[in-house]
Amino acid sequence: MMMRALYAALGALALAACGNDGGRLEPADTAAWQVAPAFHASGNPATLEEWGQFRIEDGALVLAEGVVPYGLNTALFSDYALKLRTVWLPEGADPASWDDGEVFGFPVGTVITKTFYYPRSSGGFERVALEHDPDAHFDGHALDLSAVRVIETRVLVHREEGWAAIPYAWNDDQGSTRLARAGAFVDLTLIAAAGRTQALSYQIPDVNQCAQCHVTNAGDAQIRPIGPRARHLNGTYPYAHGEQNQLAYWREAGLLAGGPEPVAAPRNAVWHGEMPLGGLALDAAARAYIDINCAHCHSRTGHARTSGLFLEPADPVGASFGLCKPPIAAGRGTGNRLYSIVPGDSDASIFVFRMVTSRPDAMMPEIGRSVAHAEGVALIAQWIDAMAGGC
Amino acid sequence: MTQHWRVALAALSAAFIVQACGQQQTGDQRDISGADRAYQQVLLEALLDAEAGSVIEIPAGVFVFDRGLSLSNVDGVTIRGAGMDETILSFQEQRAGAEGLLVTGSNNFTIEDLAIEDTIGDALKITGGENVIIRRVRTEWTRGVSTDNGAYGIYPVLTRNVLIEESVAIGASDAGIYVGQSDNIVVRNNRAEYNVAGIEIENSMDADVYGNVATNNTGGILIFNMPNLPRPGQGTRVFDNDVYENNTRNFGHAGTPVASVPAGTGILVNSNDDVEIFNNRVSRNRTANVIISSLHSAGYSDLGVEADFDPYPERIYVHSNTFEGGGNNPDPLELQALRIAMFGPTGRIPDVLWDGYYDADKLVDGEMPAELRICVSGAEVLNADGPNGYASPRVVTADHACSHDPRPAVELPF
Repeated sequence: MMMRALYAALGALALAACGNDGGRLEPADTAAWQVAPAFHASGNPATLEEWGQFRIEDGALVLAEGVVPYGLNTALFSDYALKLRTVWLPEGADPASWDDGEVFGFPVGTVITKTFYYPRSSGGFERVALEHDPDAHFDGHALDLSAVRVIETRVLVHREEGWAAIPYAWNDDQGSTRLARAGAFVDLTLIAAAGRTQALSYQIPDVNQCAQCHVTNAGDAQIRPIGPRARHLNGTYPYAHGEQNQLAYWREAGLLAGGPEPVAAPRNAVWHGEMPLGGLALDAAARAYIDINCAHCHSRTGHARTSGLFLEPADPVGASFGLCKPPIAAGRGTGNRLYSIVPGDSDASIFVFRMVTSRPDAMMPEIGRSVAHAEGVALIAQWIDAMAGGC
Repeated sequence: MTQHWRVALAALSAAFIVQACGQQQTGDQRDISGADRAYQQVLLEALLDAEAGSVIEIPAGVFVFDRGLSLSNVDGVTIRGAGMDETILSFQEQRAGAEGLLVTGSNNFTIEDLAIEDTIGDALKITGGENVIIRRVRTEWTRGVSTDNGAYGIYPVLTRNVLIEESVAIGASDAGIYVGQSDNIVVRNNRAEYNVAGIEIENSMDADVYGNVATNNTGGILIFNMPNLPRPGQGTRVFDNDVYENNTRNFGHAGTPVASVPAGTGILVNSNDDVEIFNNRVSRNRTANVIISSLHSAGYSDLGVEADFDPYPERIYVHSNTFEGGGNNPDPLELQALRIAMFGPTGRIPDVLWDGYYDADKLVDGEMPAELRICVSGAEVLNADGPNGYASPRVVTADHACSHDPRPAVELPF
């Protein structure tokens, strides 16, 4: 809670610093957003607006009635983008059913969105700021569009035939969107607090690439959400009405039924880049990070099952987790190293090399980033260095 | 041999990599200055719109892509070009994606008559799916041999019923044609050259590899098993292939399994069982025309190998091949010294080199049961004596004078 308060204070400073000189903010066509939340049972609506999950009011992206924001205890890294996640169930739909480990059983009609944005930085529309507070410029109800540049919103919709993934790119007017099934590149300059800049070749994935991460079980080849699992959601969220445990609120709001009380439910560590850590906190943060960043592919049913490297929370930290494990088909991804994890030696570990490199044929995850996550690298390196052993 | 061969191999491989990194480009890439950049959007959308049974025809031309292409979970799609030298998908300007074309979970998939060139990573990866046909496809890194090239050319993995025929794979920094963790495989009448591994079958069941030309690779045809995978493989026939002059320096990435393959390897069986190698013409591979080895010789620690992994090559049958030359200038220095010590300055390593590892637990009365033996006819066999630190290498041809029943042909349902 302390952390969030601190971030909020820092965020306010940043806002004061950059003001509204990001340019290109033209009066949005707010009328197009005046749509009630809608379930589209088929097809690919041409704009995000048609889903009615959001409105634009007074320069802010505002959640529509019944649309609930959520966060993950530890999140997937996506080129330092901040993410506004929402879930909406149609009127009268049954609540999602509980599952201890898998994604909750959402009813047909469920719409989940994830909006990727960056705080604006001064000096040009392509200049964006590196921000660690996962809720920066979002107050639980509205995202301040004068302070951020929105890149894309991905929609996951649960239809009769299964989930569908539909990506929307935000136009430069920052008040309208367009269907982006074929994906796109967005060139950005990321500016860290110290003024250090990094070029981002941000990629909006195409629809087939969505499946690369979201088909978590090749056996049925169905697209599924990844985040809305008990262990990722079991933490407090800064709702507009105040902080509350998400599982508790989801039950209260009729989004979820069943399962144990939060205190007895699975729970991943909360980690948003804090370092250094030690002991159990280090291990818990590392496992939470690996879970959300790697395990959707590195499971026995996922896209990376070809590698023999299994990184789900229940997997023991042994050979199949990478300890002294030779690579199978890593190519350049070995970084000239022999083993995935060399206990006690992160520099010699392929695991860390693949997080550091940004070459598309060597990096992990294979898609979804163009720069390294320095804090994530430091976390995993510290975790490996704390292991006893060698190979 | 006082030093451990595998240590030497690992050290040598590392040395090769360091060398390789210094000399990246060996030639110019295809000139794509006048190529078509607008077609990318057309093909991207065609792949997104693909439905069961769709045929995506790509015209002749050179088309440039700045990102990887993918097709997911659509059955019965055919992607067809106008010829492997006419329809060229160039990825020289690729900015994202670990593959040129990634096909996932799509049954009854056919790709034919086109080329995929200069991808950052793998050229064509097909993961999951039954009944896969790859026909007259060329994958190539046009600058020539370079550690900067992508890893795999043609790369089906976790597939069942897969046919790769009349295709060409050039310049892969791992394997040109690589079939992994698959069942029921035919690889025939292809050409693989200037790859680290020309053709590789790994952790797969029931493969027929025939009628291929493998030349100028580091290793020509490799039949491998690697540990820690959900499934081991066995049962491959390698026959009627031309495997010659696979003497290109190892330009693979250190740490990859193929980085330990000595330059000058014709056909290599590593930790795989039930392999029949016959009617091949194998010549002038400077380390050895055939190597039979165990994971123990690849230079990895045992700590990260699952306990139930079987590293021993068993039920291997090498017969009726034509050998010529080779073994005259082996890549690892230790083997070079061995060659000179045992066979004289102009002598050569025998056509079949076995590292000597075997599963002592399977011996019955001190003998390997007949059905598990390594049988060789028509070629000399050198046992390098790996288990004893390569202390007493010896020619053991007579010990391997046995035979196995021929393996049945692989039958594809299409």
